[in-house]
Amino acid sequence: MNQFFSFVKKEFFHIWRDKRTMFILLGMPVIQIIIFGFALTNEVKNAEIAVLDQSHDAASSLLVNEIKASRYFTIAALLHNPDEIKTTLQENKAKIILVIPSSYGNDLKHLNAAQVQLIADASDPNTATTLINYASAIIQDYQQRINTNIQIPFAIHTQVRMLYNPQQKGAYSFVPGVMAMVLMLVCSMMTAITIVREKETGTMEVMLVSPVRPMKIIIAKAVPYLLLSFINIASILLLSVYVLGVPINGSLVLLLAESILFTITCLSFGLLISSITDSQQTAMFISLTGMFLPTAMLSGFMFPIENMPLALRMLSNVVPSRWFYEIVRSVMIKGSGFEDVWMQTMILLGMTLLLIILAVKKFKIRLE
Amino acid sequence: MINDIIISAKGLTKKFNDFIAVDHISFDVYKGEIFGFLGANGAGKTTAIRMLCGLSLPSAGKASVAGFDVYKQTENIKKTIGYMSQKFSLYEDLTVKENIRFYGGIYGKSNQFIKEKTGWLLQRLHLENEADKLVGSLPLGWKQKLAFSVAVFHEPRIVFLDEPTGGVDPVTRREFWNLIYEAAESGITIFITTHYMDEAEYCNRVSIMVDGRIDALDSPAALKQQYAVDSMDKVFLHLARTAQRVDS
Repeated sequence: MNQFFSFVKKEFFHIWRDKRTMFILLGMPVIQIIIFGFALTNEVKNAEIAVLDQSHDAASSLLVNEIKASRYFTIAALLHNPDEIKTTLQENKAKIILVIPSSYGNDLKHLNAAQVQLIADASDPNTATTLINYASAIIQDYQQRINTNIQIPFAIHTQVRMLYNPQQKGAYSFVPGVMAMVLMLVCSMMTAITIVREKETGTMEVMLVSPVRPMKIIIAKAVPYLLLSFINIASILLLSVYVLGVPINGSLVLLLAESILFTITCLSFGLLISSITDSQQTAMFISLTGMFLPTAMLSGFMFPIENMPLALRMLSNVVPSRWFYEIVRSVMIKGSGFEDVWMQTMILLGMTLLLIILAVKKFKIRLE
Repeated sequence: MINDIIISAKGLTKKFNDFIAVDHISFDVYKGEIFGFLGANGAGKTTAIRMLCGLSLPSAGKASVAGFDVYKQTENIKKTIGYMSQKFSLYEDLTVKENIRFYGGIYGKSNQFIKEKTGWLLQRLHLENEADKLVGSLPLGWKQKLAFSVAVFHEPRIVFLDEPTGGVDPVTRREFWNLIYEAAESGITIFITTHYMDEAEYCNRVSIMVDGRIDALDSPAALKQQYAVDSMDKVFLHLARTAQRVDS
């Protein structure tokens, strides 16, 4: 035990003495959360909307008021003529237009169904999509309310969607993504680098000549990074809840347990990298291309997996962070329990075991 | 004398695919002696040491270190030996004390033992004032001496030194050898590889490896007589010229 403790203490010294790296490791999640949460958000506030109300009755003005009341839109213009639609968009007076047909009030009253149209300026497709989503959400929200008033029981479908992310906040998808990226970086890359560094300096050889079992060396290496990861997970979650206002809807215990699992996945990947490379540069390069980029690109965090070509969709299945991202999103945002994410958990667990087996095998071969 | 053999190799061989790095070497090392293990670069010295230390499995032959078999009892061997590699093997971002503490710890020494011996060691090396300085800030010569002291800190029966004095000035080398003599007097067997032929003269016996084989093994005086030359340098050149292998 004294042996193991000496080891862990030494690893902490390495981290502590290299203050710059330590601050980067601890500060990075904070900065990423703030950048992603505020600066890079695709959330839109006070976007200009124009309304073409052809119905002009009580029902339609209620809908218009609904839009007006939302903090996402300010009504830039009230149009009177369909011809104005084009010019309004072209002159950039509004980014989105709500068209209420003349039959709206009557349809709603007699058929219990009415149509409205949303026209958005798609020259900025991302904003357009976001705005369409926001406006639809507001309309659905409103529709749902009047449905319940007159007791028509089909509001459930909309409800599911509203529950996910009623305010369409950008931070909701970024928080799980940042968690995946930070853990990947701290655990995979730093573990790989710290082991390879010892190979480069020759201290690893001295260690292997000593009676310490190789497995103990590895675990001792991993312990400090495990701890760093916990600090990072905690700071990400605290910032999410208290600064970005993203709630943790599911069980915190489940969320933490899944994070630990993913941390171990990353550690074993870092270990695998360290046993196949001999230089810090190579280790860093492999971690970046093998883990960091796929995490950013293929986990569904920046680009929706559903929209990817088949080949990339298939490829995303072997990226561990894809599954972790899904788990965190489900547990944190949707409030899912273990029964909803057990499949993803099993996949992640399987990948972890595979990585550990491969890493240990590689490590042994190197000793021969 | 048989009882005093501490390292014994018989036909020890290591092949890497078609390349025979170590080719059936046989030798005995006696307890308490300073055994020089010489050879040009690529002659197979490091590979041989790695097999004896339990880092690498032999392809053929037999060897035992402190009575333990190099195939089956590597764990026991590791507990009995100390090792200093040709690369500098201390942590530059740890202080002198922390390094000693760490290596004592991985050999399972008690806090009491480590504390007492650290004090003695720092005094011996005149490093009392540097105890809390980072090793990276020490001059190379001091680092080497410290690295050797750390390698014998856990009081091993044998210490393997793989080119320990590379890049060190002659004065420091002389001091380094004083440490080696001191360790040998305390009963530790020294197994050392070196490039410096003046150092070969300090050894009780030397072996000279050429192309994976041991071509000569005896005391420096006997070897000089055998080849009718006046220095180990000339003995070495005489043998090394026959080498076929280029630096690997």
